[in-house]
Amino acid sequence: MISVENVSKSFTLHNQGSTVIPVMAGASLHVAAGECVALVGASGAGKSTLMRMIYGNYLTASGRIMVGDTDVASAAPREVIALRRRTLGYVSQFLRVVPRVPTIDVVAEPLLLTGTGADEARAQAATLLARLNIPERLWGLSPTTFSGGEQQRVNIARGFAFAYPALLLDEPTASLDPTNRATVLAMVQEAKARGAAIIGIFHDHAAREALCDRQVDVTGFTPGLAA
Amino acid sequence: MTPLLQVENLAKYYGARIGCTDVSFDLYPGEVMGIVGESGSGKSTLLNCLAGHLKPDHGAVRFATRSDGLRDTVTMSEPERRMLGRTDWAFVHQHARDGLRMNVSAGGNVGERLMAVNARHYGDIREQAIDWLGRVEITQDRIDDRPTAFSGGMQQRLQIARNLVTGPRLVFMDEPTGGLDVSVQARLLDLLRGLVRDMGLSAIIVTHDLAVVRLLADRLMVMKDGHVVETGLTDQVLDDPQHGYTQLLVSSVLQV
Amino acid sequence: MKEYNFAYLDEQTKRMIRRAILKGLAIPGYQVPFASREMPMPYGWGTGGVQVSAAVLTPDDTLKVIDQGADDTTNAVSIRRFFQRTAGVAVTEKTGEASVIQTRHRIPEQALREGQIIVYQVPIPEPLRFLEPSEVETRKMHALEDYGLMHVKLYEDISQHGDIATAYAYPVKVEGRYVMDPSPIPKFDNPKLDMAAIQLFGAGREQRIYALPPYTKVVSLDFDDYPFQPTKADHACALCGSTSSYLDELITDDAGGRMFICSDTDYCATRVEDAA
Repeated sequence: MISVENVSKSFTLHNQGSTVIPVMAGASLHVAAGECVALVGASGAGKSTLMRMIYGNYLTASGRIMVGDTDVASAAPREVIALRRRTLGYVSQFLRVVPRVPTIDVVAEPLLLTGTGADEARAQAATLLARLNIPERLWGLSPTTFSGGEQQRVNIARGFAFAYPALLLDEPTASLDPTNRATVLAMVQEAKARGAAIIGIFHDHAAREALCDRQVDVTGFTPGLAA
Repeated sequence: MTPLLQVENLAKYYGARIGCTDVSFDLYPGEVMGIVGESGSGKSTLLNCLAGHLKPDHGAVRFATRSDGLRDTVTMSEPERRMLGRTDWAFVHQHARDGLRMNVSAGGNVGERLMAVNARHYGDIREQAIDWLGRVEITQDRIDDRPTAFSGGMQQRLQIARNLVTGPRLVFMDEPTGGLDVSVQARLLDLLRGLVRDMGLSAIIVTHDLAVVRLLADRLMVMKDGHVVETGLTDQVLDDPQHGYTQLLVSSVLQV
Repeated sequence: MKEYNFAYLDEQTKRMIRRAILKGLAIPGYQVPFASREMPMPYGWGTGGVQVSAAVLTPDDTLKVIDQGADDTTNAVSIRRFFQRTAGVAVTEKTGEASVIQTRHRIPEQALREGQIIVYQVPIPEPLRFLEPSEVETRKMHALEDYGLMHVKLYEDISQHGDIATAYAYPVKVEGRYVMDPSPIPKFDNPKLDMAAIQLFGAGREQRIYALPPYTKVVSLDFDDYPFQPTKADHACALCGSTSSYLDELITDDAGGRMFICSDTDYCATRVEDAA
């Protein structure tokens, strides 16, 4: 489902003396439907970078990134957008929302974009929010004023609202208490069970052990450090 | 899928000065393209050339018309272009005054495009006007008020209603939130997002505000001195800018 | 009067005006620009109508001049005398006997027939002027048949007054193409615009001539659910008793006393004569 093939990347900072920072070379990995693969490595080794490249948020300098039938590295913007709508979900570390939109609509949006009716979408959003213990009195408010943990749970609810065949999860259990952590782990298991291909970054050992079939160490893709 | 708009090698010069040059892109149905740049970048010139307000010096702007397929709007006759401007195209000006009739009521402003395509039943026209004013969150009791009695944000929302009432497929927007209070901007952007999604609109939005473009646009073109220096997926251009100027722009945005 | 050419204007000027008239007749409702001459009366006093009349008059014509339907007001008298002196044509007050009728702001009650010419005095020829001040823009609107704005005016009337409030100079569509201002005739007269005579419109200050050949289709603008109504005062004429003619309202004393009399003096007088 997800196939990263010999991918490389570097950053060129034109306004800071044209410094070139190579961050990745020869990265490859494959994730099949129903598999969960963890990206591991020291902080700054490139885990989030690789995830963003798979999502199309960062440009890939060379190589291919296949998600389903689409090569994200060379796809046109509208193809990437279509991919993100129906195929590839991404739960980042930070919640980024449009100001002023109520929480329940934030979570319902992925469903609205894929054609679910407004009422049905909100109902499903409500179920998710309840499962993640976000009190109903907060559903009508914009999540921008919520605590870190609450925002993270809204972020997760939004990421899991639509049944994506491929999912990227960046620290989904950070900032969560044990109860909610368990809920999120259960949700990831359910996604696996329905056949989603999942790539995750987990600093939480226990979560990693519980969910992931394999681990890939991105340190192996860092230029100059590869053995 | 065929593109809705095909722009090829568009250029406009002011004597020896470059207004914009070497612009080519395809826009597909449902796509929103943002054009950003600072003052003097050529973005407004480009928008006006695309929308038929300025005649480019060379290049083609091909639009997929409903009846005749792809037609170059640059070489189209004026009556045809004006007809397009009343039906399939819309233009939201930066200043509502430029896009509204200030001495005509809100209902009349919204109804004008309908009457221009031969709507002849007063009751129906009024119904549609009320419906559209509702969609842009202007209450029904303001339908007979003149835009001079509206706040800046309301005027801008009225301009949007006026433009969208005939169901255009392509909307050009020139700094749609410029000059509005920040809270009003948020509301307007939200509205635009919803409308673009619900109506499946394609849009080309010119702005110097990167936050607006992140919110509304699928794709981004960065302009400097009349040239397109970078183009791509919006979040990619903003999060992983490749060109030196884009990097400068992005890093200059103040954090709240 | 031998100091002046026939009907005051020189022959070259008449030729220019006639060309404009022919063009106007060929394109009914289209405003033809013309080089309006200085006339011995100020702008706003009928110079357009006078120039058109001067261009079409021949020595055999019989001229009638009315102002708001009356032959005996100052302006009607002055213009009639002007042509008597400069053209030496016969004059009349009887609609039926005239071959050329110059009018300010009314159409005679008696139906006109083939062979007659009626010349209207026009202040502002452009029906869109009050909504769109730019001449460049209104010319484009006419050229491109871009008339949405005209209905906006009617829409505004209905939303503000409950009905289309325009009582005179009511805009019409000519032969399904041009929108035209029929001059400030009361809307009651609009149905008469579909007539057997030639209609010529002259605006001296604005320098435009337009025309309607006989039997041209003229439709007053309206909405499907607010159709055009040619209304008049709901009274009978106090002099002749007519209930179907357009009436002037005259205040007779300081106590608010009023009476309604036919605006068309010839029509009224004829009816009184016939009744006697």
